[in-house]
Amino acid sequence: MIAIIDYGVGNLFSLQSSFAAIGQEAAVTADPAALRAADKLLLPGVGAFRDAREKLRAGGLDELVREEAGRGKPLLGICLGMQLLFEKSYEYGEYEGLGLLRGAVRPIADVIPAGYKIPHIGWNALHLTKPCPLFGRIREGDFVYFVHSYYAADCNDSLAATTEYGAPLTAAVAKGNVYGCQFHPEKSGGVGLNILRAFCEDV
Amino acid sequence: MITKRIIPCLDVRDGRVVKGVNFRGLNDVASPVELAEYYSANGADELVFYDITASAEGRALFTDILRETARRVFIPLTVGGGINTVEDFDRVLKCGADKVSVNSGAIRNPALVGEAAKRYGDQCVVLSADAKRVDGAFRVFAKGGRENTGMEAIEWIKRCVGEGAGEVVLNSIDTDGVKRGFDLEMLQAVCDAVSVPVIASGGAGRIEDFIELFRTLPKVDAGLAASIFHFGEVRIRDLKEAMAKSGIPARL
Repeated sequence: MIAIIDYGVGNLFSLQSSFAAIGQEAAVTADPAALRAADKLLLPGVGAFRDAREKLRAGGLDELVREEAGRGKPLLGICLGMQLLFEKSYEYGEYEGLGLLRGAVRPIADVIPAGYKIPHIGWNALHLTKPCPLFGRIREGDFVYFVHSYYAADCNDSLAATTEYGAPLTAAVAKGNVYGCQFHPEKSGGVGLNILRAFCEDV
Repeated sequence: MITKRIIPCLDVRDGRVVKGVNFRGLNDVASPVELAEYYSANGADELVFYDITASAEGRALFTDILRETARRVFIPLTVGGGINTVEDFDRVLKCGADKVSVNSGAIRNPALVGEAAKRYGDQCVVLSADAKRVDGAFRVFAKGGRENTGMEAIEWIKRCVGEGAGEVVLNSIDTDGVKRGFDLEMLQAVCDAVSVPVIASGGAGRIEDFIELFRTLPKVDAGLAASIFHFGEVRIRDLKEAMAKSGIPARL
């Protein structure tokens, strides 16, 4: 069973529904026992990094996620949930992340040319940069839905896909049993559902 | 390359799509959920549900429909209509909306945009503005375009973006329903004034109107329309193919 970690950021209805649509059971829970018992963990997130980091820590769930990932349990972070996997974020200050992946989260304004709108909102193409089990059911150039103003930088050792927005931005990462998508697979139509299906069945 | 978005808008009253639809092979489908599924399967990049219900029963029905749609459709969903308070945001977000569009509610209470953006993030708050030329100036209209607020439209939009609106839908009352193209002049003025995504609404009658929109105004991010999609005058697949042929980035 998949456990969607419920730590009080954002609404998880669509995410849970997307697993139901591919015939997978996914529980939305903050219960440590249920999270430890789950086969795979999903770390969602919307909003600000600091806020999400504090909420994760307040429930003691940050340590739990680190321990479970350390024991090899597959973990997928989505959007802000992906950004939390890194060492640091520079969103309105400087904050520590979970440190499961090397790299830091920085404003996309640092790398994109003037004239590009922020946030980066809409459907953009994936450029797959290394073989990754998440992508076994999709193709190079498939479109997924993004909404973000920050991106993961200095993460070459985990980088799995980029998207072009005046500059290549980190779209997905994978290292060992830790995975992350900057885009929203649960809002990316059939392509997104195929990525979630791959996480359930191929990872 | 980020693509230009095509967004069908569904007006929902008492649980039904207003005016119904009339596709070839899909006559008289009035269920918003079925229509949303159809659009999602046929290339829509996003959906807007507009609640034009007046009664409490209708409102409850609307949230049921929203929940059912979010269970079956996996593209972004924006909800508008009757959004007056942060509690209204909460009500529709819990049912699976990704973004919430405010119009008259923000005019009545200009603090709403900022409060909602702080709580849910800028990306969640869409300012929808109905604007019309009055004595040579763009004015904001409230209550579905019936009431002139006297406010200058570009100033109003800038102010709301400053408060945290993450996207702007500009609906030109002058071109709405005329089907002779979008209001390029008014849209240009909005694009020059704000740096958040701008969604054009009002005036599309045929595929060429969208091509002209994105060619003339590369800063416009999306085109929104209702009846031309519902009545099959423009099919989204054909539109997307025409866009791609014209060199406009489209998700096919």
